[in-house]
Amino acid sequence: MSAVLSAKGLVMRFGGIVATNNVSIDLQKGARHALIGPNGAGKTTLVNILTGVLRPSEGNILLDGQDITGLAPHQRVQRGMVRTFQINQLFDSMTPLQTLALVVAQRRGLGGKWWQPVGSDAGVAARAGELLEQFRLAEVATQPTRQLAYGKRRLLEIAIALACEPRVLLLDEPVAGVPAGEREELLQTVAALPADVSVLLIEHDMDLVFSFANRMTVLVNGTLLTEGSPEEIAADPRVKEVYLGHGCGHDTPQGTDIQNG
Amino acid sequence: MDAQRYQAALRAGARPRLWEFVLWALAFAAPLVLPQHALMVNEIAIVALFAVSLDLILGYTGIVSLGHAGFFGFGAYVAALFAKHVMPDPTVGLLVAMAATAVLGAVASLTILRGSDLTRLMVTLGTALLLLELANKLDWLTGGADGLQGVVLGPVLGLFDFDLYGRTAAWYSLSVFLLLFVLMRRIVHSPFGATLMAIRDNRLRASAIGIPVVSRLAVVYTVAAAIAGAAGALLSQTTGFASLDVLAFDRSADVLLMLVIGGIGWLYGGIAGAIVFKVLQDSLSSITPQYWMFWIGLILVLLVLVGRDRLLRPQTWFRREKGAKA
Repeated sequence: MSAVLSAKGLVMRFGGIVATNNVSIDLQKGARHALIGPNGAGKTTLVNILTGVLRPSEGNILLDGQDITGLAPHQRVQRGMVRTFQINQLFDSMTPLQTLALVVAQRRGLGGKWWQPVGSDAGVAARAGELLEQFRLAEVATQPTRQLAYGKRRLLEIAIALACEPRVLLLDEPVAGVPAGEREELLQTVAALPADVSVLLIEHDMDLVFSFANRMTVLVNGTLLTEGSPEEIAADPRVKEVYLGHGCGHDTPQGTDIQNG
Repeated sequence: MDAQRYQAALRAGARPRLWEFVLWALAFAAPLVLPQHALMVNEIAIVALFAVSLDLILGYTGIVSLGHAGFFGFGAYVAALFAKHVMPDPTVGLLVAMAATAVLGAVASLTILRGSDLTRLMVTLGTALLLLELANKLDWLTGGADGLQGVVLGPVLGLFDFDLYGRTAAWYSLSVFLLLFVLMRRIVHSPFGATLMAIRDNRLRASAIGIPVVSRLAVVYTVAAAIAGAAGALLSQTTGFASLDVLAFDRSADVLLMLVIGGIGWLYGGIAGAIVFKVLQDSLSSITPQYWMFWIGLILVLLVLVGRDRLLRPQTWFRREKGAKA
């Protein structure tokens, strides 16, 4: 079985600190792979390495067998590896409609067109509309993004990633900070992601992780502790030990491992 | 909403409005209706073009610059030198000046790709100062502090001679302005323009949706430089003169003030700001030739403290702002 995304022996050093220590991870086609670990385990650092925000000190990353270790973030996106962010990263002055139309146009190679207006391509507008409906953003489609409720912003965050038509999607804590009332909506959209997209989910919410993932990787102190099926992970005494005293999952405080994980 | 409604909503912003046609018609009528102010119209058209070119990088892309006059002045000198030594045709001179400034802009764009706003302010300021000092030192070429004199331009398109009252000059500048304005208007409403705004709003996310941020910044900086160079070329061509003040820091600061007055990120802000600034400068300096900067300063402070929207609505001045914090 060949992996869509394959990272081998990743090491990330910040000065004397080793944030990621010899981590390897394989993502199969259509995988629902969860990456878990206590705060500060290096989950977000790993995502930043995979997406090209950080250049690893050692190791390499293969996408469809091609080495992408040296590519810039936007080049990896063009090859189908897309992420969402733990903290929303949106275009606040644009509306959700404008945002998604832009992303779709960029994905279709129209981002360099400078003479025709954005709405001139019917296909782009139609696809943006589909995404708005799918992510239940239709009624706020023409409001400036900065005015949207947090749950809607979170949906837009994920809709942007999906508009990039990813083959590999890295979800960095998609339900982080979403109020209970808006949570269900978000969980449904995560569950409804296209089956052929390989998803790597980073999440503290163990309910979501165990209902979503068919494979799990546990990261502790920048090191890969174990990898296996959800049943194996749930039964692993080392995983329990790591989480004991750390307050397993449900209400782990957010925002402590934003960029430096 | 169905797909067509989405498409219509997307296109709505790009559609030209009636008032835009009225505004341009008025501008072109001005040299005819107010022949005594034709020189003023010419000057406003030139600084407005300059201000709009800055809006392209500042308002739409979020690149702050304190050295935009570097491109303006470079274009002015290239056009003047070209007319003096090579060929007096204004259109060819304009294109040559734009091409030369574009090259300069492309090289200078390397300095603004990384770093914070503060770094960019310093780097752009430094670049403009370098150009100013170069123009000062190369006096065999530029005339140094005396300015470049003896620039004589041929008729526009071989048909329209520049007249003493500045009417040909005003129409020439307005025509070039209109052409370049339409170009910029198309750019900001295109997918390319949307990617610029995405970079302005959130550079991290822009690259995470596949936008090549660095190349976009370089391209827009080059385009803005070329257009600023065109504005400079118009100035030296219509005045038949290029002096060091085209490169001076004041000019970079003034154009920034015009954008602050008119508002950034909607192109017409540059035009509104240029009109207000030039008319204020003209009327204030005729009242108090020495202290007009004082009044400009006062107006700016008021503008920023009170806010542009409230300043334009006197009825709200003595009312408490809705939702104002105590």
